[in-house]
Amino acid sequence: MSSLRGRLFAILLTATGVIWLSAVVWIYSGTHRELERVLDTRLQEAARMVNSLVGSANMTVAMAALPNQQFEPLGYERQLSCQIWSFDGRLVARSDGTPPGRLTEAPSGFSDRIVDGEPWRVYTVANETAGIHIMVGDRLGLRDRLVSELIKGLLAPALLIAPLLGLLIWISLGQGLRPLRAMANEVRSREADDVRPIDSAHAPAEVKPLTEALNDLFAKVETARRHEREVTAFAAHELRTPLAGLKTQAQIAMATEDPAVRQGALQRIVLSVDRTTRLVRQLLALTKLDAGGPPPTPETVPVGLVFDEITDNAHGAGPQVSVAIDPALRDLMIRASREFLTLALRNLHENAVQHSPVGGKIVWRATASGLGIAIEDEGPGIPEDEMALVTQRFFRGRHKSALGTGLGLAIADAAARRMGASLRLSNRLDRSGLQAEIELGA
Amino acid sequence: MRILVVEDDPILADGLAVGLGLAGMTVDRVENCADARAALATSAFDAMVLDLMLPDGSGLDVLGEMRRSGNRTPVLLLTAMDDTPDRIRGLDSGADDYLGKPFDLDELGARVRAIARRGSGRAAPRLSAGGVMLDPASLSATLNDTPLALSRREFAVLSALMERPGIVLSKSEIEDRLYGWQEEIESNAVEVHIHHLRAKIGRDAIETVRGLGYRIRAIS
Repeated sequence: MSSLRGRLFAILLTATGVIWLSAVVWIYSGTHRELERVLDTRLQEAARMVNSLVGSANMTVAMAALPNQQFEPLGYERQLSCQIWSFDGRLVARSDGTPPGRLTEAPSGFSDRIVDGEPWRVYTVANETAGIHIMVGDRLGLRDRLVSELIKGLLAPALLIAPLLGLLIWISLGQGLRPLRAMANEVRSREADDVRPIDSAHAPAEVKPLTEALNDLFAKVETARRHEREVTAFAAHELRTPLAGLKTQAQIAMATEDPAVRQGALQRIVLSVDRTTRLVRQLLALTKLDAGGPPPTPETVPVGLVFDEITDNAHGAGPQVSVAIDPALRDLMIRASREFLTLALRNLHENAVQHSPVGGKIVWRATASGLGIAIEDEGPGIPEDEMALVTQRFFRGRHKSALGTGLGLAIADAAARRMGASLRLSNRLDRSGLQAEIELGA
Repeated sequence: MRILVVEDDPILADGLAVGLGLAGMTVDRVENCADARAALATSAFDAMVLDLMLPDGSGLDVLGEMRRSGNRTPVLLLTAMDDTPDRIRGLDSGADDYLGKPFDLDELGARVRAIARRGSGRAAPRLSAGGVMLDPASLSATLNDTPLALSRREFAVLSALMERPGIVLSKSEIEDRLYGWQEEIESNAVEVHIHHLRAKIGRDAIETVRGLGYRIRAIS
């Protein structure tokens, strides 16, 4: 059932019904037993009474007739019937309304009999002195009627009360669930960007886990959105400088009459467009890395193919830089996300190319563990005080290149993290240059 | 007019140098706060174009230090941020003007001229002395309302002298206005320019003060 109120209502009503029913059954059986006992005792006492009357008054058998019952006609008149039989089998006396046939053949004590098609319970006392059997009995049907009247008396008000009880339960449930409804209304009436936490201080204990879970979710959404806003603001900010450069150079090209100046401006425009294109590409890559979601499924990636892809790319090594790839690395197979591995390696490669001097050499090799990939360039390296900063977004240190965006190492670092690996940067010890390692682990 | 450009983006910095050069200004470029401080300590500039986000700090820090040490060079801030609070902060830190990126090169030139003019205590956009009238915006000159053809250097020398009529400028002060750091200063260049100028606007228009330098005569 989708409605909590309906569900609780059904449960409560069923439970109440079951409790009532078992109470009725219990009362029924208990009353029945008690009634049997009381009525049996009454039979016994009536029989003894008649017996003692017969004995003490020394009444003749013929005189021993029970007085007429004086019951008001309540439907229970002539409850008891009495017969007195002589030992030799003559009916000496019987009370009014008693069937003429012998009530029981039992010599004494209780017995159940069918008389004239009706079940009877009879108590017999044998009076040896008078030579008679005194039998007092009542109809079992009468007893059953008594019990069922009693139960009816109990059930009638219960049935009258049931709808009232149902209504009360329904209303109480509505009241009880009000905090939940208030919370739902509060959340429903919110604007799309309103992720303030729900006030859980006043929420009932049962609702608290829900509000806290919701607030956790809201906090996560808010963090993600703030991050997104920051990146967007930063990106917009970072795009303005190359745009300003483009516009300035274009205006120079239009304004100057010197062909050499115009040529220079146009060349810088091309360079700037390349750099801006790369910036946009890297921003998209960052967005992807930041997107979160489930970690990418690792696959077995042939590292050689990734290198082919990187060096085939337009942003591969320029003619003035030579790239050497360790043959052992070419054959290496790595379990990782191919997309992120390519992203990390490409950005490390571009970084090395941009900082390489003319004629510089870039070397890709496997790390000492055989499970990582390392790159070395012959550029200026990174000043030690900037080492911790270079993986920050948009950080461009003192040794920045004209084409740099301040994002390459940040992307390589983020991509390595997403793969569960880490990026380690260090300056080369043998000469100037940077060494970057991605240790992928087992 | 000598301008200091503090901008770390190489393409934009180049554009500023070439573009302001086309507007008749001599431009020196630095790309970080430290170099900007050094440049300000060693040379006098008519104006400064300052980027806010620099690799080793904020342009506002340089600006603050400048103003505290009594440097009155007019400053135009280049900001990539649209936020009004940033602009207010810039102006309150002692900037004279600001321009958001990307900007129009001609507008930048005009604003730089304007703050430089104010910095030298003038309000009139054109310089005039005697019958000579200079228009820094169009780099054009007239003598008694007839157009006067001047080279870029001649225009720079003449406008330096005319900015403060009657004040003596030394040869090295004039050279500072003419050449950026990258340019080689030709010896006698100033004398040659003065000689050519005298030929164009009259021998007595520029007076040589022996041992001190040159000044323009206020009245011809």
